[in-house]
Amino acid sequence: MIKIEKRNDVPMALYFFTPFIAIILTILGGGIIFYILGFNPIEALKFYFITPISNLYGFSELLLKATPLCLIAIGLSFCFKSNNWNIGAEGQLTFGAIVGGGVALLFYNQEGFYILPLVILAGAIGGMIFALIPAILKTYFNTNEILVSLMLVYVSKLLLDYLVVGPWSNPEGFNFPETRQFSDSSRMPLLFEGLRIHAGIFLALAAVMLSWFILYKTYLGFQIKVSGLSLKTAKYAGFKGKTMILVVFMISGACAGLAGVGEITGPIGQLHRMISPDYGFTAIIVAFLGRLNPFGIIFASLVVALTYLGAETAQIFLQIPKYTGQVFQGMILFFLLASDYLLFFKVKILNLKKNELRH
Amino acid sequence: MSLDISFIGILIGSIMASSVPLILAASGELITERSGVLNLGVEGMMIIGAISGFALMVITDNLFIAIIGSMLSGVIISLIFGFLTQSLLTNHVATGLALTIFGIGLSAMLGKNFVGIPGKDFPILFSSLRESIPFFGPILFGHSIVLYFAFALPFLTNYFLKKTKLGLVVRAVGDSPVSASNQGINVILVRYCCILYGGAMCGLAGAYLSLIYTPQWIENMTAGRGWIALALVVFATWSPIKVLIGALIFGGITILQLHMQAIGFRIPVQFLSALPYLMTIIVLVVISRDSRKIKLNTPTSLGRIFYKEK
Repeated sequence: MIKIEKRNDVPMALYFFTPFIAIILTILGGGIIFYILGFNPIEALKFYFITPISNLYGFSELLLKATPLCLIAIGLSFCFKSNNWNIGAEGQLTFGAIVGGGVALLFYNQEGFYILPLVILAGAIGGMIFALIPAILKTYFNTNEILVSLMLVYVSKLLLDYLVVGPWSNPEGFNFPETRQFSDSSRMPLLFEGLRIHAGIFLALAAVMLSWFILYKTYLGFQIKVSGLSLKTAKYAGFKGKTMILVVFMISGACAGLAGVGEITGPIGQLHRMISPDYGFTAIIVAFLGRLNPFGIIFASLVVALTYLGAETAQIFLQIPKYTGQVFQGMILFFLLASDYLLFFKVKILNLKKNELRH
Repeated sequence: MSLDISFIGILIGSIMASSVPLILAASGELITERSGVLNLGVEGMMIIGAISGFALMVITDNLFIAIIGSMLSGVIISLIFGFLTQSLLTNHVATGLALTIFGIGLSAMLGKNFVGIPGKDFPILFSSLRESIPFFGPILFGHSIVLYFAFALPFLTNYFLKKTKLGLVVRAVGDSPVSASNQGINVILVRYCCILYGGAMCGLAGAYLSLIYTPQWIENMTAGRGWIALALVVFATWSPIKVLIGALIFGGITILQLHMQAIGFRIPVQFLSALPYLMTIIVLVVISRDSRKIKLNTPTSLGRIFYKEK
């Protein structure tokens, strides 16, 4: 007989262990899907999770994809921890890339050490401003931040489309929907010859360290965590709720903007329509899988980055559409949420227990 | 393009057609939310409905099966959401987001072999009346059966919620699950039913897009309509009739910007395309400004997890 009991408190070890259960279940689920599609599941899973990182180039690609995911998820963790549902990071990424890219285009024919920092700063500010829109509307007009931040994703993508087709399109580009190439001074320095991994990874690592410091060592971090646990307590303690909402959205937007600018100054080198394969949405999953913990997010960003790479490899070798990546990502979140059940409830198998007692 | 009376009639008819997916999805979500469940997976359920409807049409060559199948697929995919939120007590917002991401990926995967296949003509009713009556003809006649159903749905929903016992049960569960449970109502069961109903309506909304409105399969063809439908429910302050009005306004904006693009209005296409999304934000701000009014109409337990100790 199975008995389900509510737990009084959540064991911390289990809290960080259940994401692994979710990952294992996702891999099993993926195997079943591949089987249904008519592939050998073991072989397909090997192409998905092992082939992509079996050489140095693949490993560099993994870090390249994990960088924006990690950056955005770190930012989102501030919002989610304080119960602010910013799900428009994709829009903040796009707007950050637009502002940063605009600065890079200003200097397209110039060189100078100061250009890249300016571009990065502009990107962060761009993302921050864009995230302030849902934050201000939430604090002063009581508007639902989920819907506003999401609508702004579509708006930002249309704005980018307008710019690369219209005023910012490359004058020598034969009407392709893209801007000029940025000058070398606007590009992230590469870390190794022949690999695409670039200095942007240090931005992500710095964000991890800084967020850990803010969340666990400062008064602001304390306020964020308390508001997330209980809004009433936060109010009673006299925290300035409105300021906090604005701050967490600004942090989140700045991180997403940095991720956007990292993409265009890193692997892309110009602005065009497709600057992000939905990193902003996928980072939501990364944030949850990492348990909103800075170091957990590093791990989660690597796992989720692998689903991107695996989808590309599987597309090449098995002609499976690359959207399996999104299916895997959705499954990870489903299984993660489902396994949370174990956190709040104890599942006891009673008969076994009796036998154990007898022995 | 002259603005004569028959043109206005055709214009209104096309506005009605473009508002159908919004009415269907928002009416379905409205029932779900009235039972206290916030399902953000509308976009995912719609896109699954769109591909399964289209795929079934291609495979079986039967539009009836396609329509029913799209609703069933909406039910199946919403069952995942229902199981997670109701039986495993997961967070509604996160689960709904997962449903949307999963649905978009799955639809693109399933739809790979259906890209570029032309759709079929969907039968329209009273097509002779459409031509013979000026102005009112194109408004009232010559539409698909799904459109007539969609325009009846808000009134049926209103009647259901306000005049039937079951409607009262749904509202009670949404407003006060604890007292409803104490009255002997199975809260979880009611919520399951409302979630599955919402899934069916979202599936139908998706099938309307891929079978009737633009009869073909395009990846991501719902293009944010699911999210606009979610916004419509807030805009309507959870009242079915206002959903109808809101959907018509958004249909109007969509058609208006299409016509402005066609005429060659001197505004870049992208700005016109952004109008529905910007309008959603503006409308939300206007509606939500008065927090008391929103609070008065919001199902009290919306998005909260209900757990009954056994």
